[in-house]
Amino acid sequence: MNVRIKIDGLTYSYSYDENDAVHDVSFEVNEGEFVGLIGPNGSGKSTVLKNIYRALTPDKGAIFLDGENLLKMSHRKTALKQAVVGQENDVPFNFVVEEIVAMGRSPHKKLFDIDTAYDKQVIRHALEHMGMADMAKRNYQSLSGGEKQRVIIARAIAQESSIFLLDEPTNHLDISYQMQIFDLIKRLKVTVLSAIHDLNMASLYCDRIYVLKDGKIVLSGTPEEVFTPENIFNVYGVRCSVEKHPITGKISITFLPEEIIKTHSVVDKPLGGNA
Amino acid sequence: MTLGKKIISLKSCFNREEPNMPIIILILAIAAIITMIIATGLGPVTVSPDKVAKILLSQIPGIGNNVAVTWERLEQNIVLGLRLPRVFLGMVVGASLAVCGVTMQALVRNNLADPFILGVSSGASAFATLGMLFGAFSFLGQYSLALSAFIGSAVTIIFVYMISRVRGRVNITQLLLSGVAVSTIMEGLTSIIKLSAPNALGLHNAEFWMSGSLAGAKWAYLQLPFVVLVVCMVFLMINYRGLNLLLLGDDNAGALGINVRRFQKFLILIASLTAGVAISVSGRIGFVGLAVPHSTRLLVGGDHRKVLPVSALLGGIFVVWVDVAARMIIAPEELPVGILTAVIGGPVFIWMLKRNTMAKR
Repeated sequence: MNVRIKIDGLTYSYSYDENDAVHDVSFEVNEGEFVGLIGPNGSGKSTVLKNIYRALTPDKGAIFLDGENLLKMSHRKTALKQAVVGQENDVPFNFVVEEIVAMGRSPHKKLFDIDTAYDKQVIRHALEHMGMADMAKRNYQSLSGGEKQRVIIARAIAQESSIFLLDEPTNHLDISYQMQIFDLIKRLKVTVLSAIHDLNMASLYCDRIYVLKDGKIVLSGTPEEVFTPENIFNVYGVRCSVEKHPITGKISITFLPEEIIKTHSVVDKPLGGNA
Repeated sequence: MTLGKKIISLKSCFNREEPNMPIIILILAIAAIITMIIATGLGPVTVSPDKVAKILLSQIPGIGNNVAVTWERLEQNIVLGLRLPRVFLGMVVGASLAVCGVTMQALVRNNLADPFILGVSSGASAFATLGMLFGAFSFLGQYSLALSAFIGSAVTIIFVYMISRVRGRVNITQLLLSGVAVSTIMEGLTSIIKLSAPNALGLHNAEFWMSGSLAGAKWAYLQLPFVVLVVCMVFLMINYRGLNLLLLGDDNAGALGINVRRFQKFLILIASLTAGVAISVSGRIGFVGLAVPHSTRLLVGGDHRKVLPVSALLGGIFVVWVDVAARMIIAPEELPVGILTAVIGGPVFIWMLKRNTMAKR
């Protein structure tokens, strides 16, 4: 399979912290895959993604996009290959939805280019895909969190890049919006690397998963391979039971509070039990 | 068309969602020309607008000879020698300050940024006073005042910008406070420079200049600010997409193909140039960079392709009219125009600050 993103020994530390935020991380994302990055808070998920989308520059190691060294590429060229949906999506000034989506066209534009009929068409399609076509003229600031997120993804679609980097794209959203957003992204048939907070979401949507803990990759594999009660206890320190869900065919994780385990007669089962 | 219909169609032009840009620009350009003709006539000696128009027409080669001379020599001298350069200067300074405000607001992602509030004006004054009173920058020749003001603005912007960035993001509290701190330092420096001034005449000139006035306008003062304004405006218009992207935050702007660090350096340069040069010819005229871009965004939304030309025109028109007021209110004495803009702009700032903090909740 065709390797789209290759990360080789990535190490990064923030200036205010003497420990490495990310230490010697290596992994690959192949064409058409939906790859999840999971791990506890502060494990380095965002840091890895920020290094890939060049908000941060690696201290050590290298990142390759389609075999080309990321740091040797122009910012514009990187933007043509990968679209980013980050966590910070506030816009401090008045913009209508359409204008925000139109910003996704920027990397396609040279200095004196104006917006063409094709640009307008791409913008309209992107909004339609996200079910936001009738909100094109609304003020972005007046939208709800879920609507804003859909606009930002429409912007990424308008960018026409075949790699999507998502940094917890469904954070703080209702479950209906979470499902909707992952469904819509999945339907795009693009290569995705996404940091995901919710393990069940990761299990539902990811082809492969990398688990980060304290800035290092500790586990990797398919959701079935990664999500075992032992692994989850080792990484997150919580007990759970997992089973293959009869309808989705995916691993479904149920977390078990300490209080319930204490009073439960069969203590061993949740730890070792599997479908 | 009835008047009612006209107002409705005008409203649809200035619709924030879908402003009709060619018409807005046309209306503002006509307003700017009318403003210049009327404002040129107004003052202690009033010249009627039609005379002003005729005097101006008579100066245009080719058609000038066909205009019948119906005015007095004195009126022509007042119009061409005193008022017109002053009105032009008002236009250029107003536009520069508005464009500087827009640039700084994109740079710090906040609509409360303004050269006056963030201490850039104080920085420019401090360096300019140093140049005026001690000739510190005399090796720069005839542009020494403009260049020293530019250096002052650049130093302040870089200073304020660096202090207000906390973990890669501009924090608004930090921004306003560092603006206060830096402008206090710069004011202090200015006082020290003034107190140790070697001659009284220079001191008097510096004082008058600093209070912000267009009164000393001469044709020779216009060249540099005009060229700087045009060059900066062209650069910004070419890069309007970049300015828009910057509002999404550094990370997003980078992900959308902008070299953020390099672009921000350009913007610091542009903001310092426009502020420094405007201040060097007019002293400190505050709040134009705040109030004008804000009103512009209420009219046409936040897209810089629209915001830049509209705020430049509005800024020019605004400063020219405030300057008319400055020379009419206590005529034949004059108020420094900077005092009037402060009286108007201060409340606007307070209102915006109030609204901003309410929106956060």
